[in-house]
Amino acid sequence: MTRWLIPALLLVLALVSTASLLAGTIWLGPDEIVAGLSDPAPNLTAMLVSEIRLPRLILAILIGAILGLSGAVLQGLLRNPLAEPGLLGVSGGAALGAVIAIYFGFSATFILASPIFALIGGFITAGAALMLSRGGGTLSLILAGSAVSSIAFSLVVLALNLAPNPYAAYEIMTWLMGSLADRSWDHVQLGAPFILIGGFLLLFTGRSLDGLALGEAQAESLGINVGRTRMLALFGTALGVGGATAVSGAIGFVGLVAPHVIRPLVGHRPGGTLVPAAIAGAVLVVTADIATRIIRIGPPINLGVFISVVGTPFFLWLVLHVRKQTA
Amino acid sequence: MSALTLETVTLRRGPRRVLDDVSVTFAAGRLTAVIGPNGAGKSTMLTVAAGLLSPDSGTVRLGEDLLTALPKQQLAVRRAYLPQRAQVEWPISVERVVALGLLPQLPAFGGLPDAFRPAIDVALDACDLQELRDRKATTLSGGELARAMLARAIVGDPELLIVDEPTADLDPRHGIDAARRLRARADAGRTVIVAIHDLDLALRFADDIVAIRDGKLLAAGSVADVMTEPMLAELFDVRARIIRDADGAAIRFLE
Repeated sequence: MTRWLIPALLLVLALVSTASLLAGTIWLGPDEIVAGLSDPAPNLTAMLVSEIRLPRLILAILIGAILGLSGAVLQGLLRNPLAEPGLLGVSGGAALGAVIAIYFGFSATFILASPIFALIGGFITAGAALMLSRGGGTLSLILAGSAVSSIAFSLVVLALNLAPNPYAAYEIMTWLMGSLADRSWDHVQLGAPFILIGGFLLLFTGRSLDGLALGEAQAESLGINVGRTRMLALFGTALGVGGATAVSGAIGFVGLVAPHVIRPLVGHRPGGTLVPAAIAGAVLVVTADIATRIIRIGPPINLGVFISVVGTPFFLWLVLHVRKQTA
Repeated sequence: MSALTLETVTLRRGPRRVLDDVSVTFAAGRLTAVIGPNGAGKSTMLTVAAGLLSPDSGTVRLGEDLLTALPKQQLAVRRAYLPQRAQVEWPISVERVVALGLLPQLPAFGGLPDAFRPAIDVALDACDLQELRDRKATTLSGGELARAMLARAIVGDPELLIVDEPTADLDPRHGIDAARRLRARADAGRTVIVAIHDLDLALRFADDIVAIRDGKLLAAGSVADVMTEPMLAELFDVRARIIRDADGAAIRFLE
C-alpha cells in the first residue's frame, strides 16, 4: 500500500494537470494543443497554453505542494492534528503585507509590489512568533503564532475599514479571497524560488518528526535536536508559504486537509506523510482551480473561497473525529 | 561494558540546588535503583545521567567518555532513556514504535533497512509484544504501552539504560514483569538505572541503591548495605520496618 502511494498520487497529479491545460472558458482538445504548439507561427492556442494556463498550472502545483508539506511538518512538529501554516502567522502577515501595498497604492505603480510586500510581511510575523516563543515549548509557539496572526488580521480589517476608496477595498477583498487568475511567468519567477527552498528545508525534518512522535524528551534522547527541527520547520514554512501566499493570496485548508487524507495511508508515521501530503496538496489545488474555471454561477468564484467552502465541512468533521478519538 | 560516573555534579534551578554536589557511580552489569521522597531530585538526576541536561558544575562520564563531549548521535546509540509516563502521540503500530528506537542508527533518508528487522523481532520477543505488533500504540493498555516503550528503549541494545518510574501505574503482575525485564538487561552486562517509588520491588530486583534527598546523596551501595531501617527512616521521615520471611523481604512504614 505505502509503496504504491507516491506513484499513484503522481499519476493522479499528472491527470488533473493535463485536465487543467485543457479546461477553461475555451476548451481545448489534446490534439489542438499539440498542433498549436508545434506550429512555428504564433497562434492563439499556443499563447493560451504557454502564457496563461501553464504558469497558472505550475503555480497551482507549487502552492498546493508547499501548503500540504508545511501542514504535514507543522502537525508533526506540534503533535497537533489541527495545526496548519496559518497558525504561525505566516498567512496573516503575508495578507497584511499585501494589504499595505494595496492601501498605500504601491501595487498600482508596480505590479509585483503586493507579492513582495506579502513575502516580507510573512517573514516578519513568523519571526515575531518565533521570538515570542523563544525558550518556551510547543504550546507557547502555538499561542504566540495565533496571537501574532490575530494582530495581523485585525490590522487587515482596519485597512478595509479605512480604505481610501471603494476600489482599494475591493482590491484588498479580492486579494484576501486568494486566486490564481491572471498570473503570469513573472509570478512563477517570484514565488518559485522561495517555495522550492522552503520545501527543501521542510523535507529535512522528516526523521526528527518521527522521533517527536514519542514526545520531546524521548526525541532528544534519540539524538534529535528538537530546537533545530523547530527552527527548520518555521523558517521553511515562512519561506515557502510566504512565497505561495505572496503570489496567490490567502488559501486556507489545504495545509490542514492534505496531511489528514494521507496520514492513515502511511500508518500515521509523521515523517512518512511529508512527500505524499505535498503531492496531495498539489492535486487539491489544481483540481480546485479547474473547478473555479468551469463552475459558472454569476461572477467567477475565487480559488481561496472555493477551497474554504469545500474545506469547512471537512474541518467540522475533523473536529468531531478528533474529539471521538481522544474521548 | 562501561559504568556511568557522576562527579561532584551540581545543578541549579533558580536559587535552588536541585542536585547538590552529587558523586556516585552506577556500575556496569548491575541494576541500580534511585530512591527518595517526592521532589528529591530523582528525575533530574536521571536526565543529567542521560546527558539531556548539562550540570552547572561537575562531570558525567560513560566509561572514559565525558557525556558533554560525545556527539548526540553517538550518545543516542549508547544509552536509552525512558521518561515517566512515556506516550505515543500518533496511532502508529507497535512495531513502528519499537523501530523508532533505531533512529540514531538509521540512514538520514529512506525506510527501515532489512538488516535491522532481526533486532526489532528480538525486542518484541523480549517484551512479549509479538501478538500486539500490528496494534496501534494509542489503543494499548497502560501495561502494554509500558512494554512497547521498554522494547523501543532496548531495541538498539544500548550499554546504558535509564528508566524513570518503570512501574508507576502498573498492577503487581505487570510491575514484577517490568522489573524482571530490567533485571535481565543488567544480567546481560548492561548498566541499568531506574528511579522507583515501589521500594519492595527495589528490594527484590535491584543490586545497588542510590538514596537522595533534597538534591543531596544520602547513601549509595549494595541493597543490603543501604536498605536499612535507620536509613529508610531518615530518607522518608517515617519509621520503617523491614520484615523478612520465607518469601523474601518487605518494607512496612509506621507512623
